Amino acid sequence: MTKRLLSVEDLQVSFATRDGENQAVRGVSFHIDAGETVGIVGESGSGKSVTAKAIMSLIMPPGRITAGNIEFRGERLTGLSEKEWRSLRGNRIAMVFQDPMTSLNPVKKIGQQLTEVIRRHRGLNKEAAVAEAARMLLQVGIQNPEQRLKQYPHEFSGGMRQRVMIAMALSCQPELLIADEPTTALDATIQAQILDLFKELKENSDTAIALITHDLGVVAQVCTRVIVMYGGLIMEEGTVEDIFYRPRHPYTEGLLRSIPKRGGGSRERLIPIEGTPPDLLDPPPGCPFMERCPHAFARCSERPPVVELTPGHRSMCWLVESVQNQTAVHAEGGDSGE
Amino acid sequence: MSESKVLVDVNNLQKHFSKGKDMRGRDTAVLKAVDGVSFQIRQGETFGLVGESGSGKSTVGRCLLRLYDYTGGEVFFDGQPLGKLGEKGLKPFRRRIQSIFQDPYSSLNLSLNVLELISEPMKIHGIYKGEERKEAVAALLERVGLKREHLYRFPHEFSGGQRQRISIARALSVRPEFVVCDEPISALDVSVQAQVVNMLEDLQSEFGLTYLFIAHDLSMVRHISDRIGVMYGGRLVEVADSDELYDNPLHPYTKALLSSILETDPRKGSQRIRLEGYSGEREAAAQAMLREVSPGHYVALD
Repeated sequence: MTKRLLSVEDLQVSFATRDGENQAVRGVSFHIDAGETVGIVGESGSGKSVTAKAIMSLIMPPGRITAGNIEFRGERLTGLSEKEWRSLRGNRIAMVFQDPMTSLNPVKKIGQQLTEVIRRHRGLNKEAAVAEAARMLLQVGIQNPEQRLKQYPHEFSGGMRQRVMIAMALSCQPELLIADEPTTALDATIQAQILDLFKELKENSDTAIALITHDLGVVAQVCTRVIVMYGGLIMEEGTVEDIFYRPRHPYTEGLLRSIPKRGGGSRERLIPIEGTPPDLLDPPPGCPFMERCPHAFARCSERPPVVELTPGHRSMCWLVESVQNQTAVHAEGGDSGE
Repeated sequence: MSESKVLVDVNNLQKHFSKGKDMRGRDTAVLKAVDGVSFQIRQGETFGLVGESGSGKSTVGRCLLRLYDYTGGEVFFDGQPLGKLGEKGLKPFRRRIQSIFQDPYSSLNLSLNVLELISEPMKIHGIYKGEERKEAVAALLERVGLKREHLYRFPHEFSGGQRQRISIARALSVRPEFVVCDEPISALDVSVQAQVVNMLEDLQSEFGLTYLFIAHDLSMVRHISDRIGVMYGGRLVEVADSDELYDNPLHPYTKALLSSILETDPRKGSQRIRLEGYSGEREAAAQAMLREVSPGHYVALD
């Protein structure tokens, strides 16, 4: 029995710019269940970070949510007041950003910042909050927590600051943790430590994690499910195994092909995806990947339908749709749809 | 490849930065960013330099470009020492050694158009004139996958990948022999990284270029490099052919670094070696010298 934690329905977000509306997210629907780790993958401009910010109600003008519905435990999030949000944000939904340098207050000690959060959200007294803060630091792998609590952010390295941010996010025992590129700015060895932390979290708690990244290695190692975004739309969605072993969208296939293979002949030529992502000021009406797709045909200039291949494995592609229609004649059953 | 001549010879290179000075201007604390590094790069090869931030890999690159004066040691380019040369003596080398940096957003002058950007180094070094120069720029632009009509556009009109192509065209405009690539693909999207890497490889064989490829993306470094050096705390701890290094790492830091590469295969979990235990050995390792343990494989172990 899985518990539906978050559901996003036809989310659309756009930003007003001097040159027109930048349609960053153009109709995105997905869900996250309790205890899941979902990777949201895409390159810059795919809409993955904007989607995360929309969930957290952090879209600021000139940006706005133009359509769609976001529900958290069956409660509508879109349209909540800032006051109602305050009891939710940090407490039940927490977010970790990419850059740990700018998300901590530089003139306040780490301990102050951590205990403030713990006291506000968990209602502990000062001593208990300090003890809890120390426990959290230890849990994210920071040694000598009592001493560390008395230090300022500049006395921490980048990796440690990111761990402090994660400790802070986790200290309120949120039901959903949204991590936006949490390891991108970090060294490989530190990245591996942080990902271990996420894995432990996955095993030891019911916290669901939405991990936004462009690194397929991170996804392969940590996530249970993957959402692949491109040009403001979800191109493909499925379990890690679906995405890595049975990709059914040309963009996913291209992404997987373009990373160098480990092990094999190191000088094998890479297979890039030629071209550049679409301009979202004037997005193509059809498939956003059409221009770069090796299989594109006439029909791709219309927006493709989302086809459910196996339960939970969906692809937005005309190619899949035509194949699916043919096989559907042979094998009836296995109805799709939400 | 092993028969080709040594183009760049780095000999016990040291670069220290002052962390503080007393009232007489003497250093009170010194940061040893690069602390005795030696390696050779042969003509036509790609030498990869990996290590975490603060390991000194970018400082080595900047020393080879002579953007820094050396604290100690020497770098020989094509047999000639660079360390003591003044700006005038350096000028021919400024042409022969070029660079590509990580961030194509900040490394291009935003007020110049593409033609001006690419022809600026040609102007400085007196290569081509007038219409001929413009033709050369247009040809280069096409060579890096851009179009002639982009000549009069400005950097803000291009994507990150396209800007990096402009940087590459600019670096190649003066026919260099050696290019220092400092994290040239780190800021680019995955699907674009492969485009740029393939292009760098094509240009290398076309123009006979030699690369120093500095990066922290370990799988891409293996792909592009013939040989790789691993830096840790300002020292080289291991140097080997790239496949040899990945298949048979000897130094504990190299092992830890390689074990942190994330498998892009969900069924293969990587057995990660934690670094914590190693930091204590760091001082001892810092003293060890590189020794050749098998042909071409050097490691700094006691």
